[in-house]
Amino acid sequence: MTINEAQDEIIEEFAFFPEWMEKYEYIIQLAKDLPLIDGQYKTEANIIKGCQSRVWLHPEFKDGKIFFTADSDALITKGLVAMVVKVLSGQTPKEIADAEIYFIDEIGLRTHLSPTRSNGLLSMLKQMKLYAVAYQAQSLQN
Amino acid sequence: MLQNDADIIAGIDVEKVRSDFPLLTRKIYGKPLVYFDNAATSQKPTAVLDALEDYYRKYNANVHRGVHSLSQEATEAYEGARRKVAAYINAAYDHEIIFTRGTTESINLVAATFARKFLKEGDVVLISAMEHHSNIVPWQLVCEEKNAKLEVIAINEHGELLMDDFEKKLTDKVKFVSITYVSNSLGTINPVQEIIKRAHAKNIPVLIDAAQAVVHLPIDVQKLDADFLAFSSHKIYGPTGFGILYGKEEWLNKLPPYQGGGEMIKTVTFEKTIYNDLPYKFEAGTPDIAGAIGLGAAIDYINSHGKDNIFKAEEELLEYAMDALTSVKGLRIVGPLTNRVGSISFLLEGFHPFDVGEILDKQGIAVRTGHHCTQPVMDFFCIPGTVRASLSFYNTREEIDKLVKGLEKARMMLG
Repeated sequence: MTINEAQDEIIEEFAFFPEWMEKYEYIIQLAKDLPLIDGQYKTEANIIKGCQSRVWLHPEFKDGKIFFTADSDALITKGLVAMVVKVLSGQTPKEIADAEIYFIDEIGLRTHLSPTRSNGLLSMLKQMKLYAVAYQAQSLQN
Repeated sequence: MLQNDADIIAGIDVEKVRSDFPLLTRKIYGKPLVYFDNAATSQKPTAVLDALEDYYRKYNANVHRGVHSLSQEATEAYEGARRKVAAYINAAYDHEIIFTRGTTESINLVAATFARKFLKEGDVVLISAMEHHSNIVPWQLVCEEKNAKLEVIAINEHGELLMDDFEKKLTDKVKFVSITYVSNSLGTINPVQEIIKRAHAKNIPVLIDAAQAVVHLPIDVQKLDADFLAFSSHKIYGPTGFGILYGKEEWLNKLPPYQGGGEMIKTVTFEKTIYNDLPYKFEAGTPDIAGAIGLGAAIDYINSHGKDNIFKAEEELLEYAMDALTSVKGLRIVGPLTNRVGSISFLLEGFHPFDVGEILDKQGIAVRTGHHCTQPVMDFFCIPGTVRASLSFYNTREEIDKLVKGLEKARMMLG
């Protein structure tokens, strides 16, 4: 599945939830369903500093693709993180670096990407792209 | 009608008061707004909005300059606001009221000018463990510059100041004490009068951060004997970007100017500038004229209800809220249970404050979550932050009931 196909799939899923509470129930469910990160990677070094909720992100580079695992101490943030991981994980560095993330806006959660929201989601997206650019540069050198 | 009885407290008719605040009729996610973020900023009554518009529509002009009528009208309104503020906090003289951009700038002004003239290597500035960042960082900056030391009065597990620790740290090295009247994150009321008394016994000046206190408690700077007192207009129903520094005449005369520019001077030559008298010595540049007029209107508005009536109504509402919230399963109050005002910080055990705040928001309930600009307080309690509901006299018991229901809903969804 391409990044945009994964995004479109999430947008379709959210179309079933016109009510805010239903959207949030779904996000919380995503958070609860997914054990996202291996305990050994929940380190200080892997923390992305958000103001209110903490987010951990761990990248793994395998067969030319980046696989992300992540977690958060806040459930709603964790649910949002789960969606971003679903969209970007398992793609090539170039695809991740070039990706335009539009699904968060489309499902009405754009406010979560505002810098003042400080829930770590925006910083996590930036960090994922940074990893992608770094791996891209690394593969070019090799 | 039970509802009516409940909502007329201390002569304050809450429904009528609410109609003075146009924003309170807003709906959020299709639900009537419940605004419990008053410690961050208060909503504005029509009287303040009208005053701002009137100024710009009818007599906008620069102050203290022109001989023309408009300028005189603007100056009269601007200086009228100073008199209103002086009366509100019972300052001895109008010129003890300095207009600033807010509490933060007021504290920075005192920290910078006091340090420049009086702070030396090895001196100590004393603050408390429950200060807002704006009463920590300005002092850190000047202490670093002067090689002075910042010392902190400890608090206990109820979020109360340890007066023994204060006594112990009030050594001869202390040159300044800067302390909050009411904690913005915990709601604690500090015994500032006692603190000032003990500091003055050693000739140490004291600044009171009244950002939270000014809207909930009667303030009499002469009775307190405060050397400086700071607050912001926007937390007391006035416009944002405007604030007050009260300083005793004696101290304001001793301090050097903060910023240079127009308005703060008497004569300027390239060799020597003679500074203006108080309060203008500290008011460089064209001031926030509308801000002053707006704050003046806010004070008139408070006086139209009687501040004692407002404070009494808030006290009863707070008592109702504390009873209601402490009955919520798994809810832990962070801060004292008594001797408090304004903010109620709490945690729903097992749930992240951010999640709770998000779900309350989707029910139209505005609270604040996070560290509330008091990270050291959160570190002391070993928590990532709290949910903070902060009340105003325009809030109702019905809204508190909605908050309780909202919290139950959050628990259901997150659990």
